[in-house]
Amino acid sequence: MKKRHQRLFLVLGVLAGVSVATALVLNAFRDNMTFFITPSEVQAKSEVPDRHFRIGGLVEEGSVERVEDSTKVTFRVTDTESSVPVSFEGILPDLFSEGQGVVVEGRISPEGVFQADNVMARHDAEYMPTAAKEAIEQAEGSAEDIGDY
Amino acid sequence: MKGRSIPWLKFTAPASFYALAQRLVPWLWPAAALCAIAGLYMGFFVAPPDHQQGDAYRILFIHVPTAWMGMLLYLLLAVYGAIFLVWRIKMADIMARAIAPTGALMTFLSLWTGALWGAPTWGTFWVWDARLTSTLILLFLFLGYMALHAASDDREKGGRAASLLAIVGAVNVPIIYFSVEWWYNLHQGVSVMRSDGPSMADSMVAALLLMIAAFWIYAGAVVLRRAQVEALSREPRTEWAQAAAVGRLTRDQRQRAAADTALDQQPLGPEGEA
Repeated sequence: MKKRHQRLFLVLGVLAGVSVATALVLNAFRDNMTFFITPSEVQAKSEVPDRHFRIGGLVEEGSVERVEDSTKVTFRVTDTESSVPVSFEGILPDLFSEGQGVVVEGRISPEGVFQADNVMARHDAEYMPTAAKEAIEQAEGSAEDIGDY
Repeated sequence: MKGRSIPWLKFTAPASFYALAQRLVPWLWPAAALCAIAGLYMGFFVAPPDHQQGDAYRILFIHVPTAWMGMLLYLLLAVYGAIFLVWRIKMADIMARAIAPTGALMTFLSLWTGALWGAPTWGTFWVWDARLTSTLILLFLFLGYMALHAASDDREKGGRAASLLAIVGAVNVPIIYFSVEWWYNLHQGVSVMRSDGPSMADSMVAALLLMIAAFWIYAGAVVLRRAQVEALSREPRTEWAQAAAVGRLTRDQRQRAAADTALDQQPLGPEGEA
């Protein structure tokens, strides 16, 4: 075997070894790699985790209630299977609205209400012109019906 | 491997590469500028505001091309690193070294523009989710490659150590790319490279593609130029480098220099390993 073939196999071997090791590590730390858990996963846990964690999902339609003369707000985070009530006091991000993706950070109180100390909006990776959105809402059609922008 | 039968292998000779880049680069600058002007015009004046984000989304015309460019340049860096490790072609090391600063710049820009966008839209400029964290690691890999390469007084040794780092770090690129599919992230999923077509308006995609083209060509131009300088500085006393430095590299000088390189790089010759 020529020397450069040895080196080629060495390089490929290093790459394969590192890939396998990385895959194993990522698999072992799977639970920690995820940025948030879903409301269903919260429900599935037999005991409520007594620590700081994040829940992600959609802001349930019609669930947002603001307390007058304060920045207090309550809403429910849903993954359409189950939902968790959230209470938060502070400034909400621009993208926060009903039906939108959201990640809340905090802990669950004994009453089962998630006390968020941080609310982050999640973007749905859809980009649509304002005019197209209005047209869809009027026609209640799909994005294909409204032509090019 | 029959070295001489593969035509592009002649550009493994610094003199031949230098002459090729010398012809390419003057075309790349204006092409990149044109694409950037057209892309910015489309992005700022033609593409409509987004229904949720208004004008804030327009930062993606910089953010997405730089993020892709960072990943792509890292893969190229790793490939050149592997070529250098296996076949000991100096030109591959020169190219890899020329790529690293631009890759670091692109990755930094994508992190920075992402933070600027995240602050108003997400409500935070930084989170430790898988997408953002792995991109930060990519920036450190570029910087680590440059530091490791420069750490050794012997350029050959420094190049070998840095190339190994580049190859090991390549594992990170698929993690960045697929992180939004493998785990829940704050970062959204893919919008452009989707099986059901981009989830963006056509004029937004057009502007984005123009900006991507601009960044590709810009990166090509700046990397080639940097590699030219490095090729000269590695063989400063040779006849071809002296001639090239004053802008008078003749065809004869180039071919003689290329023949010398072929002798140096014995493994590439038809007879193989010495």
